[in-house]
Amino acid sequence: MSKPYQYLDLAAVRAHLGSSRGRDYWRSLEELAESEGFQDMLEREFPRQAAEWTNDTAGRRHFLKVMGASMALAGLGACTRQPIETIMPYVRQPEEVIPGKPLFFATAVPVAGIATGVLVESHMGRPTKVEGNPEHPASLGATDAIAQASVLDLYDPDRSQTLTYLGDIRPWSSFLGAAREALNAQIPKGGAGLRFLTGAITSPSLADQFRTLLAKYPAAKWHCYEPAGRYAQLAAARQAFGQPVNTYYRLASADVILALDSDFLCTGPTSVRYAADFASRRSVRGNQIAMSRFYAVESTATPTGAKADHRLPVRAADVEAFAAAVASSVAASGAAGSQTATGPHAAFIAALVKDLAQHRGTSVVIPGEYQSTAVHVLAHAINAALGNVGKTVVYTDPLDPNPVDDFESLRELGQDMDAGKVEMLVIAGGNPVYNAPADFGFTQRMSKVKLRIHMGLYADETSEFCQWHIPEAHFLETWSDARAYDGTITIMQPLIQPLYFGRSVHEMLAAFGETPSQSPYDIVKGYWNRQHPGADFEDWWRKAVHDGIVPNTALPAKTVALKTGAVTPPRPVEGQGIEIVFRPDPHVFDGRFANNGWLQELPKPLTKLTWDNAALVSPATAERLKLQNEDLVDLEYRGRKVRAPIWILPGHANDSVTVHLGYGRTRAGRVGNRAGFDAYALRTSDAPWFGSGLAIRKAGSKFTLASTQMHYDMMGRQIVISGTVEEYRKDPHFVKERAEEPPKELSLYPGYKYEGYAWGMAIDQTACVGCNACVVACQAENNIAVVGKDQVQKMRAMHWLRIDTYHKGSPDNPETYFQPLPCMQCENAPCELVCPVQATSHSSEGLNDMVYNRCVGTRYCANNCPYKVRRFNFFLYSDWNTPSLKLQRNPDVSVRSRGVMEKCTYCVQRISEAKIEAEKEDRTLKDGEVQTACQGVCPTQAIVFGDINDSSSRVAKLKAEQLNYSLLAELNTRPRTTYLAALRNPNPEIEKA
Amino acid sequence: MSDERRNPVIAPGHTFATVTDKISAIVLTRKTPTHWLIPFAVASTLLMVFLWAVTYLFVRGVGIYGVKIPVGWGWDITNFVWWIGIGHAGTLISAILLLLHQTWRNSINRFAEAMTLFAVACAGMYPVLHLGRPWLFYWLFPYPNTMGIQPQFRSPLVWDVFAVSTYATVSLLFWYVGLIPDLATLRDRAKNHAARIIYGILAMGWRGAASHWQKYETASLLLAGIATPLVISVHTVVSFDFTVGIVPGWHSTIFPPYFVAGAIYSGFAMVLVLAIPLRAMYGLADMITPRHLDNCAKVMLATALIVAYSYVFEAFIAWYSGNPFEMYAIWNRMTGPYWPQYWLLIFCNLIFPQVLWLRKIRTSAFWLFIVSIDVLVGMWLERYVIIVVSLHRDFLPAAWGMYSGSIWDKATFLGTIGLFFFLFFLFIRSLPVISIFEVRTLLPEADVTEGVEK
Repeated sequence: MSKPYQYLDLAAVRAHLGSSRGRDYWRSLEELAESEGFQDMLEREFPRQAAEWTNDTAGRRHFLKVMGASMALAGLGACTRQPIETIMPYVRQPEEVIPGKPLFFATAVPVAGIATGVLVESHMGRPTKVEGNPEHPASLGATDAIAQASVLDLYDPDRSQTLTYLGDIRPWSSFLGAAREALNAQIPKGGAGLRFLTGAITSPSLADQFRTLLAKYPAAKWHCYEPAGRYAQLAAARQAFGQPVNTYYRLASADVILALDSDFLCTGPTSVRYAADFASRRSVRGNQIAMSRFYAVESTATPTGAKADHRLPVRAADVEAFAAAVASSVAASGAAGSQTATGPHAAFIAALVKDLAQHRGTSVVIPGEYQSTAVHVLAHAINAALGNVGKTVVYTDPLDPNPVDDFESLRELGQDMDAGKVEMLVIAGGNPVYNAPADFGFTQRMSKVKLRIHMGLYADETSEFCQWHIPEAHFLETWSDARAYDGTITIMQPLIQPLYFGRSVHEMLAAFGETPSQSPYDIVKGYWNRQHPGADFEDWWRKAVHDGIVPNTALPAKTVALKTGAVTPPRPVEGQGIEIVFRPDPHVFDGRFANNGWLQELPKPLTKLTWDNAALVSPATAERLKLQNEDLVDLEYRGRKVRAPIWILPGHANDSVTVHLGYGRTRAGRVGNRAGFDAYALRTSDAPWFGSGLAIRKAGSKFTLASTQMHYDMMGRQIVISGTVEEYRKDPHFVKERAEEPPKELSLYPGYKYEGYAWGMAIDQTACVGCNACVVACQAENNIAVVGKDQVQKMRAMHWLRIDTYHKGSPDNPETYFQPLPCMQCENAPCELVCPVQATSHSSEGLNDMVYNRCVGTRYCANNCPYKVRRFNFFLYSDWNTPSLKLQRNPDVSVRSRGVMEKCTYCVQRISEAKIEAEKEDRTLKDGEVQTACQGVCPTQAIVFGDINDSSSRVAKLKAEQLNYSLLAELNTRPRTTYLAALRNPNPEIEKA
Repeated sequence: MSDERRNPVIAPGHTFATVTDKISAIVLTRKTPTHWLIPFAVASTLLMVFLWAVTYLFVRGVGIYGVKIPVGWGWDITNFVWWIGIGHAGTLISAILLLLHQTWRNSINRFAEAMTLFAVACAGMYPVLHLGRPWLFYWLFPYPNTMGIQPQFRSPLVWDVFAVSTYATVSLLFWYVGLIPDLATLRDRAKNHAARIIYGILAMGWRGAASHWQKYETASLLLAGIATPLVISVHTVVSFDFTVGIVPGWHSTIFPPYFVAGAIYSGFAMVLVLAIPLRAMYGLADMITPRHLDNCAKVMLATALIVAYSYVFEAFIAWYSGNPFEMYAIWNRMTGPYWPQYWLLIFCNLIFPQVLWLRKIRTSAFWLFIVSIDVLVGMWLERYVIIVVSLHRDFLPAAWGMYSGSIWDKATFLGTIGLFFFLFFLFIRSLPVISIFEVRTLLPEADVTEGVEK
C-alpha cells in the first residue's frame, strides 16, 4: 500500500459504541467496518480475509459476527478489561500479565475527599484486594477497615448500573443534550441559577475543572457538604488564626499525648498514620523500655480511649470546660504563682498539666474531629503555649481547594432553593436528602428546583428526588487525583473499566464545559501536564502513577499565630439532663457504606454490634433509667423523635447517649436497607455533634441486636496479660510467670523436629488499637462469607480473625484490652486429634491445615478448640449466585460450601506462592517476603508473621522477648501464635480509679 | 421358698400350652386391637414428622438446628447418647442376666432386646444427621477407596463407629437367634398362608430337636459372652467422645463408669416404661409380674446411687483439683444460666428416684411408671447439661454464648421417638413380645429332676 496506514482510533470508536444500543450498536460496528482505519487494520491483521471482506456483503456480515466477540474482548464492549490508557502496575509491566499471578497498582482510597494511598491487587484485570502503599505517608503500607472493604463496593450488585431520567434508561448523549440545553439557558444569566453540590473535594484537577466552569458561569455556586466532615477543624482555624488551615500531628515525636474526645487512632483518614506513629512510641523491646504517655478524655468510649494510660469519661458538652481548665493551667504553669485547677478532675488536671509542662515541644493535644469549635481553639492555644507547633503539631494550607463550612454552605444552598433561585442543581457524590440536618428540610426544598441531576454510586435517597441519575464510576474505575492528610497528592489510576457505564465527576464537568468528550485520563493527565510542562513529563507521569505519590506535594508547614481573643470563655452548658452525641459510624461512616456487607458485619469496636446502630449509654445511666440491653426507647430531642435500641457501653460518660450516623437508610440496597435507625432525623445544624435536652422514654418492647461478644470479663484467667512499664522494668519475668507452659520433656513422645520453615506469629497487645482492619483484610483475602444479622445473632459469624475485647475494673471506667485471635496453629492441636476423617492435619512447617473437601462437618474440632477460632458453614453462606460478587473473590482460595469447617490458615496461599517463587529462583524465603493479610494491613504492625526457625526474623526476635507468652499455655497446645503482654505507662501521681 | 411363692416369676396356673397360646395369640390374631392401632397411628404421625424434619435438614443444612460456635453439639448429640444409653438395658437383660442365671429375665428379655435394637436405630440416625455434609457419612468407615485415605483412628468418633456398629450387629444377631424357636412356633401355629411362609423362612427349619436345642444353647451362650462386654464398652466409648476432649466439664476420667451406670439406669427406665403399659394392654401381668417390676426397680436404684456418686465426685474433684476452668465449669452448671436444667436433673435423677427404696413403690406399676418417666427425663437432662453447659462457657470468656434447641431439634427428637414406637409396635404385632420357649422353662412342668417323672 502506498498510502499511509490509517490508525484505528479506538477511543473514538469506544465512545461511539458506548452511546449506541442494540441495533444501533450493530450498525455502528458496520460503520466501524467501513472506516479506513478499520480496513487498514484488517488488511494488516488478516490479509487473506481482507480481500474477501471488501468485496462481499455477506462475507462482511459473517466476518462481523465472528469478530464481534473478539472486538468486545479488545475493549469495545462492556466487559472486564484493562483500561485502554496505559495504567502503571506497581511491580511488573503490563505485558507480563501471567494467569494466576496478580499485579499490584497504586491508587488511593478517597473518603470524604481525603485520600489514603494504597496498592490494589489485581487478578486477571479484576481488583480483588487492597493493600497499603508503603511509600505513602498516610499508609506506610497499612490501611484501615474502610479502605479494605472499599473493593467490595466496586462489585456491589446494587450499584446503579444505568443512566436514568425519571426512571427510564437513557444514553449519555441524551443527558448531555438536556444538560446543555439547561446550561445554555444559564449563559445569559452568568449561571445565576446553576448550583453544584459535592462532598469535600481535595482533587486538584477537579478543582481546576470547577474553576474553569465557574469562570464560565460566574454567578454559579459550588457548595460542599460533608455530613461527617472536618467542619469543626476549619471553623476553629478561622476563629483561632483568622484563616482556614489544615492541622495534623507528628505523633512519632510526642512523649505525652492528650486526646480531647478524639478517636484519632481509629477514625478518619489520618488514623492509619497516627496509629503507626503512636505505636512506635509505645513499643517496649529488649533494653528499650520507654513508653510515651497518653491521656484521653472522652464521652463515647472509643478504642482510642481504650489505649490510654489514663482515661476520663466526660460528657461531650463538658469537654470544653475541661480543655479550658487545662489551657489556663498550662498558660499559668510557666508563670509564677501558678493557678491550680478547680472543679471536678482537679487532681487529674494538675498531674496532667505537670506532665505536659515537662514535655514542652514533645507533647501534643489532639481535639476530637467531632467536638466543638471551642475545643479545637483551646487545643490550638494549649499546643501553642507548650511550644508544640512545628514539632508535634503542623499547620498547612487547607487540603480542600474550596474550604467551606459544611453547614453554612448547605444552608445557603437551601435558602437559594427556597427562594426559587436554583434552576439547575447538580449533586455529584453526596446524599443530602438522607444526611442533611433535620432542621434544613432539604427534601421539601428539592421540588423547588427545576432541573435536578444526581451522580452517585447508588440510586439512593437523593436520586429518588432528582430527574437525572448518572451512575458514578467507583474510584477503582476511573482516573482522578486526591490529597492525603498532609497534602501529598496521589494520581489515582483505574484498575478496571467501569462495570456499569459509570462516569466520573471529571467527565460530567468536562461535558458541561468546553471539552465535552474528554476522558478522565485526558483531563487528569492534561492538568498535570500543565503543572509540569516539559520534555520529561511522560517519565514524570509514569513514575507518579507507578509510585502512587507525587513527590514533594506535601503541603509546606505554615506559620500561623493565635488571634487575640480567639479563646472565648467556655459557654455554660445549657440545660441539665441527658445529652445526645452524634458520631459517624466507625464502619459505615456517614452512611455511604451502608450497603457494604463486610462493613455491616464487622463488629464495631467495644460494642461488637453488627448490622445495627444503637443508643449507647453508660452502665450507671442505664441503671438509673432502668434500661437494659436491647430495650427499645424513643429518643426525643428538640421536638423530633426516633426509636432506637439501647446498648450499655462500659466507660461511656454518664448522662450522655451516643448515636451513630449512617443507619436507617431506605435506598441503600439489599444489605443496607432497614438496618438500624436514622440518627440524622435528630441532628440539627446548630449542634451537629452533641446537644443537651434529650429525653428517653421506654417503648416497652425489645429489639434484637446482633453482637459477636457477650462477655468482657477475663474471670481472673490469664488471657490478656497486662502490666505497667514500671512493673516490667522491675520484674521482666512477670509475664512468663503468669503463663507457664508445661515443659516439653513432660510428654512420652519425642516432639516433631521442624526443619526447614517453621511458621509463627507474634501479636503485640500493646500495639493493637482495635481498628478492625485485619478482620476485613482476612475476609477479603480468604473469600469469607457474609452471613447476615440473623446468623450473627446465632453466633455463626464467619470471621476467621476476631478481636476479643476485655474489660478490667469498674464498668464506669474500665481498663480495656484488645486481643486479635487468629488460629493458634498449635503444635499439639486439640482439633487434629478429634477429627474422624482427618480433614485437619499438621503440615511439616507447623501449619494446621484444613482440608475443606474432606470435612464431613462433625464439628468436634470446633468443640475441642479452646480458643474457638474455628468457623463452620452451617448453611451455604457463600454467595454462589451473584455474578458481580464472584469477580471479587481471590482465585487462590477455595470458596467453601455448606457443611465444612474453616479457619485461619496463616494465609497459606501466600506462603505457597512465595515458596514457589523462591524455589524457582533457587533460594530460601527472606523475612518479610510473606505477609499474612492481617499483618500487611495493620497500622501499628501489631501482627508479625514469619519463620521462627530463622533467628534473624522479626517474629523470632519478638518471641524471644520477655513479654512473649502463649495463650492458655497450661493446656500444652504449644501455639505458634503467641502474644506480647499489654503494657501501660500510667502517671504515678494519678491514682487509678 | 416362701419368697418365691409370694413373688412368683410367673403366675401360678400356667402350662406350656397356655403360655404359648397367650403369647402367640397377640401376633396371630386377625383382629388388630384398638389399643394397638391408636398408639401405632400416633407413632406413625411422629415418624412423618421425623421424615419431614430430616428432609428439611438435608435440603437446607445443619444450621436449622440451634448449634453454633461455641456450642457445636446440642440436642443432636444429647439425643444420640440418650438413645444409645437406653439400649444398654436390653443387652444387660439378655446377655448378662443370662450368664448370671437370673431366670426372671426370661419374660422381659425379648422386648427389652427389641427395645435395644430400635434405640440403637434411633441413635444411629444422629451421627449422620448432625453432620454438615451427611451424604459423606461413610467416610468415617475404613473402606478401600481411591483417595488412599483411612479415617483418623485417634478420634473417638471413629471408635463410636466401631462401637455402635458392633453393638447393632451383635444385638441383632443375639435377638434373632433367640427368636428362632419362637418363629418356628408361629410358623407351626399360623393360619395365614403368607405368615406361615414368612415365619417359615425366618425360622430356618427349626424342628425343636434336641440337637437343635444343644446348638441353640451354645450359640446363645457365645453371643451372650460377646454381648456382655459390649454393655460396658459401648457406652464407655461413647463417653470417650467427651473425655478425650479438653473442654472443662468433659475432660473427666469418671465418665466411663458414670456413663455406663447412667445408661443402664435409663435403659431400665425405658424397659419399665414399655413393660408397664404392655402388660396392662395385653394382659401379660401374669408373666411380667410384680417381681419383675421389683427387680428392675432395684437395678434402677443401684444405678441411681452410682450416678449420684458420680455427680458428687465430679463436683468434689473439680473443687479439689484447683483447676480454675474445671471449678468454674461445675459452678456454672449450678449457678449459671442453665441452673434450672441442672437442678431439675438433680431432682429427677438423684432425689425423686429415692422413693424406690420403698417396696410399695417398687411393686406399684403406676408409681414405677412415673419414676421411670422421671428417670428418662433426668437422664436426657444429664446429657444436655454435660454437652451444652460445658461447651457454652469454656476457656475464653470472649467466646462464650448461649444455646437453645430450635424447633427442628425438637421435631427431630420427637420424630425419633416416633420412629422408635413405630418399630416397637410393628414388633408387637408381628413377633412374640415375650420369649415363649424361655418362659416355658420357668414353669414347674419344666422342672425335670432326675428320677422323677411328671
